Amino acid sequence: MSDVTLDKAPVAPREETPFRRFVSEFMSSKIAVGGLLVFLVIVVVALLAPWIAPQNPYDLGQIDIMDGRLEPGEVGASGITHWLGTDDQGRDMLSGIMYGLRISLTVGAGSALIACLVGASLGLLAAYAGGRTDTVIMRLVDLQLSFPTILAALMILAFLGKGIMNVVIALVIVEWAYYARTVRGSALVERRREYIEAAQCLALPTRRILFRHLLPNCLPPLIVVGTIQVARAIALEATLSFLGLGVPITEPSLGLLIANGYEYMLSGKYWISFYPGVALLVTIVSINLMGDHLRDVLNPRLKK
Amino acid sequence: MTVYLLRRLLQSLLVLVAMSVIVFVGVYAVGDPVEILISPDADQFERERAIRALGLDLPLWQQYLVFVKNALQGDLGRSFVFSEPALQLILQKMPATMELAFGAMFISILIGLPLGLYAGLKPESPGAKVIMAGSILGFSLPTFWVGLMLIMVFAVQLGWLPSTGRGETLYGWSFLTANGLSHLLLPAINLALFKISLVIRLTRSGVRETMLMDYVKFARAKGLSPARVTYVHVFKNILIPVVTVVGLELGSTIAFSVVTESVFAWPGMGKLIIDSINVLDRPVIVAYLLIIVLMFIVINLVVDILYSVLDPRVRLEGQA
Amino acid sequence: MAWKGVALALAGAIGLSAPVSAQSLTMAVGAPVTSLDPHFHQLSPNNAVAGMVFDRLVNTDGQARQVPGLAESWSTVAPDTWEFKLRRGVRFHNGNEFTAEDVAFTFRRVPNVPNSPSSFTAFVRPIREVQVVDSHTIRLRTDGPYPLLPQDMTNIYILDRETHENATTEDFNSGRAAVGTGPFRVVTHRLGDRIEFERNDEYFGDKPHWQRVNYRMIVNDSARTAALLAGDVEFIDQVPTADLSRLRRDDRVHMSEVTGLRIIYLSLDHPREEASPFITDNNGQPLPRNPLRDVRVRRALSMAIDRQAIVDRVMEGAATPSGQFFPPGIFSYVPDLPAPRFDAEGARRLLAEAGFPQGFRITLHGPNDRYPNDGRIIQAIGQMWTRIGVRTAVEAQPWTTFVARAGRQEFSAFLIGWGSNPEGSHPLRNLIATFDRDRGWGASNRGRYSNPQVDALLTEALRTINDGEREQILIRGQRMALEDVAIIPLHIQTNIWAMRRHLRHESRADELSRAQDVKPAR
Repeated sequence: MSDVTLDKAPVAPREETPFRRFVSEFMSSKIAVGGLLVFLVIVVVALLAPWIAPQNPYDLGQIDIMDGRLEPGEVGASGITHWLGTDDQGRDMLSGIMYGLRISLTVGAGSALIACLVGASLGLLAAYAGGRTDTVIMRLVDLQLSFPTILAALMILAFLGKGIMNVVIALVIVEWAYYARTVRGSALVERRREYIEAAQCLALPTRRILFRHLLPNCLPPLIVVGTIQVARAIALEATLSFLGLGVPITEPSLGLLIANGYEYMLSGKYWISFYPGVALLVTIVSINLMGDHLRDVLNPRLKK
Repeated sequence: MTVYLLRRLLQSLLVLVAMSVIVFVGVYAVGDPVEILISPDADQFERERAIRALGLDLPLWQQYLVFVKNALQGDLGRSFVFSEPALQLILQKMPATMELAFGAMFISILIGLPLGLYAGLKPESPGAKVIMAGSILGFSLPTFWVGLMLIMVFAVQLGWLPSTGRGETLYGWSFLTANGLSHLLLPAINLALFKISLVIRLTRSGVRETMLMDYVKFARAKGLSPARVTYVHVFKNILIPVVTVVGLELGSTIAFSVVTESVFAWPGMGKLIIDSINVLDRPVIVAYLLIIVLMFIVINLVVDILYSVLDPRVRLEGQA
Repeated sequence: MAWKGVALALAGAIGLSAPVSAQSLTMAVGAPVTSLDPHFHQLSPNNAVAGMVFDRLVNTDGQARQVPGLAESWSTVAPDTWEFKLRRGVRFHNGNEFTAEDVAFTFRRVPNVPNSPSSFTAFVRPIREVQVVDSHTIRLRTDGPYPLLPQDMTNIYILDRETHENATTEDFNSGRAAVGTGPFRVVTHRLGDRIEFERNDEYFGDKPHWQRVNYRMIVNDSARTAALLAGDVEFIDQVPTADLSRLRRDDRVHMSEVTGLRIIYLSLDHPREEASPFITDNNGQPLPRNPLRDVRVRRALSMAIDRQAIVDRVMEGAATPSGQFFPPGIFSYVPDLPAPRFDAEGARRLLAEAGFPQGFRITLHGPNDRYPNDGRIIQAIGQMWTRIGVRTAVEAQPWTTFVARAGRQEFSAFLIGWGSNPEGSHPLRNLIATFDRDRGWGASNRGRYSNPQVDALLTEALRTINDGEREQILIRGQRMALEDVAIIPLHIQTNIWAMRRHLRHESRADELSRAQDVKPAR
C-alpha cells in the first residue's frame, strides 16, 4: 500500500469511505432492503399520483355522489372501474389512497424531520451547556409535554386555519420535546465520558464537540424515537382528522380516509376504511424496517 | 438536594403561570364560549346576559387577573357548562383516568418487557421477528380504529366483555370489582397497545447494546450463568431508558387518554377535557392543564431522581 | 387488520342475548346532560331529562302540539291577560302539594339562576304581572296581546316554592333538589356519565312502565351503536345514518322515527354590496359586486342542488328535502311550497341572465361535527355547484371555531341548522327578521337578510291572538322570505331511535329522548 500515491487513492475501487461502508452494511440485511424497496415504490406512487391515478379525487367536478359507496370492482357513472370501491362522496378509493399517501408522507416525514432537528439540537445544547440554558430548555419541554396534543393542535389550527402545512407545524410543536428529552437523557450520560473530556481538553470548538462527538453517540436512541415518531406523526394526523382537526376534508390524507370510513365499519362497508388502513400500515412498516436496521448500522456500540 | 428541589419548584411555578396565560389567550383566539353554549333562539339580551354571567364582558387581561386572584385562594373557577367548581369536577373524574392509565402501563410492562427481552436476546429467531413485526402494528394503527375493532370483536360479536362505560366501583375504584374489571379491560388494552410496542422496542435495543458491553462480556467470561448475566447485569442497565420513557409516558398516557375515553365512553378526565374543549369551557380547560402540568413536573422530577439513583454517572445539577 | 376478517366472518353468526329485567330500562343518549337544574341551561338533552323529573304548565305531544300539563286549560280573559287553570291534587316527589304559588315562584326563579350559560329568561320576559287568583288559578298579564305565551310555557319546568326557595344548581346536580312532579325521581346522578331514575308511583298522568331507568350518555356514535348491538344498552337515540342500513336489516333491532323540526339550510351573505369575502371571478380576482344580492343567483344556487340525491346518498334517507322550515302537518306550514326542483340547466340559464354566464368561484363553509353528515353535505353541494359553473371550494371546521366566524359575517355562504318551535314566528323572528338588538330580532340571522315587508308581517302576527288568523299571516311572511331565497333550505332531518326488539318507542318531533316514551312491545 505504501507505494499507492495520494492521487490515485480516491479512485481506488475498494477504497472504504464511511458512506460506502454504511451502504454495504445496510445492504447486508434483506429485510432492510425489502423495506427500502417498498418505501421507494410508495414514494414513487405518491409522486406520480397525478399521472397514474384514475381520477383526481380533489376535484369536486370529477366526483359524483351518485357513485357513493360503490363496492370494490364496481363501475361508476363516469365509466371508471373502482377497483377499491368509492367513499361516501363517490371518490375513487384507489385515487384517494394515492393522493392521500402524498399528504401523509409529507405530514409524517416533514414534521418528524423538523421536530427532530429542532428537538435534538435543543436537547444536545441543554445537556452540554447545563446551567440556565438547560433549565430554560427543560422547562419548555415540560410545558410542551404537558400540553395535550389535541388542545395544542386545536389552538394552532384555529390560529392558522386548516391546511397541510399547518398540521405539520402543529405536529412539530407537539413533538420536538420528545426528541429534546431523549437526546438530553443520553447526552447527559455521554457527556461524562472520557472522550468528551478529551475533546474538551483539546479545546475543540463547542459546535464540533456537539455535532461530531456528542451527537453520533446519542443517535441510537434518537433513531428509535425518530422511527416511532414518523409513524406516530402519521397516526396522530389520523387521530386529529378523526376529531375533525386535520387536513381539509376535500383533500383527505390516509388518516382522514380511515377516519371517514370508520363510521361505516359497523355497517359492513369495510373498504372505505380498510384499504387506506392497509396503505398506512405498509408505509409505516416499511419505514420501521429501515429504521430498525439503520439503528443497528449507525450504533457505534454495536460495531465490532 | 434541597436547593435543587427548591429551584425546580420555582421553575415549575413559572411554567404554571406561562401555561395559564397561553390557555387564556388560546381559548380566546379559538372562539366564543357563549356562541357555543347559548341556545340558538336566544335573543340579543339573553346573549349579553350570558356574557356577563360568565364574566366574559371584561377585557381579557382583567379576566386573567380575576382568575389569578381566585386561584391564589385555591379557586380555579367554575365550569361554564356545569356551574361546578372546575377543580372538583376534574378531581371527581381523576380516579377513572388514573386506573385506566395505570392499567395500561401495567399491561404494557407485563407484556412488553418479557417480549422485548426475548427479542433482544435472540434477535435472529423467528419469534423475535414476529414480535418486532407485531410491535410495528402496535403504533401504526390509529387508536380510535383499534378501539372500535376491539368493541366489535369482543363486545358485539363474541359478547365476552362490555362494550363501553365504567362498571361497578368500590371506594371509587372499579378495578376492585369483577364487573368493574371487565369494563376496564378493553379500554386499558386499547390504551396500552402503543406503550407495549414502545416498551418492546426500548427493551430490545437496550438488551442488544448491553450484551456487547465489556462488563457483560466480562461477566460471561467470569463464568456467571446466562440467567444471572441477563437478569442482573443486562436488566439493570436497560432499566434507565425504560424507566425514563415509561415515566414520561405515564404522564402522556393520562393526558392523551382522550381518544380511548371517548371511544369507550369512559367517564374520565380525558373525556371531560375533550368535551370541555368542544364547548370552550375555559375554567375546566385551565384547571385541567394546570393539574396535568403539575403532574408532569412531579413525574419528571421523580424520573431525574431515579436516574441519579440508577446511574451514578448522572448527577443532579446543583448537587455538586 | 386481521381482526377485520374475523369480525366479518363472525358477523351475524353469534346471536346476542341481553338479560333484561322486565321492570328496568337501560338507555343511552348521544349528547351529555349538563345539569339537572331545569332552569340552568336551555339545551335539548337537559330538557329531555327535565321532562322526566318535572312538568310544564303546557306539555307537548310527539308532534309538538300543545297538550294540558300542570295546567288543565288556558285562555285569554282580556287581550293582554292569559288565565291558566291548574291541575288539582298533584304532588311533588316529596309530598308537597302543587299550587299556583309554585308557578309564581318558578317565574321569579327563572331569570335569577347564577352562572347560567343559556337561561330560560326569554320565556318569562313577556310576563308583566303574575296574579294568583286562587290556589289553582293564575293570570299572566303581558304588554299588549301576546299570542305565544302558551308556547313559551312549554319551555318552563315548574318547581316547588318550599323545596326550591334557595336551591342552587349544585343542589339539583347532587340530586337533593331534583324534586318535581314528573313521572320519575332521580336516584343517583354522575355528571356527564349517567343518571339513575326510579318510577314516581304517584304520577298524575300515565304511569311509565319502568321501575328503574339507567340513563347513560355515550357521545361517540359508533360506540353507541355498538353498545346497542352488544346488548349493553337497550335503547339509543341519534342513530348515526351510516349504521341505518345495518340496523334496519338486523332483526334484533327495532327502529322508531319521525320527521323532526330541525332544518338544515345554507345561509348567504346578503348585506355586502361589493366583494364578498369568499367569492371571486374564475381567475381568483375579487368581483366588483356581490352576486348573492341578485335573487336570480340565489335561486340558481338553490336549483342547482339535487336535494333528493343528498337525502338518499348522504343522509341515507334520514331526512326529507324541503323548501321551507316545517314539514306538513305542523302549525304554519306553507302549502304549495315544495322543495325547489333540481334543474341544473335552468340554474345555468339564470346565472347567465344575472350576468354570470361563466359562473364564479365561491368557498362554501360549514361545521364538521355539529349536524349529521354536515361535512359530507357541503362536499356534495360543492360538486353540484361546480357542475353549473360555480366552482366551489369546501371548507369544514369544528363548530367551536366555525360558529364564532359565522356570527361575525366572515363567510359568503355556509351550512347551518335550526331547530324550530312549531310556530312560524320562531324561525322568522330569529333567522329572517332584520337584525335588531332592541327588539331582540334576527339574533341568529347570520346572513343579515333584511326585508321590511317580512318584518311588518311578523310584527302583525305577534299581535294576533287568534291562531287561524296568525297562521295565515305567518304563512304569507314565510312564503315571501323563501321566494326571495333569504336562505336556501336543504332538508328537514328525521329523528331516529333504535332499540332492542322487545321495546317500542313513541317518537318525538322535538328530539327529546325520555324513558316514559319507551314501552315493552306487546
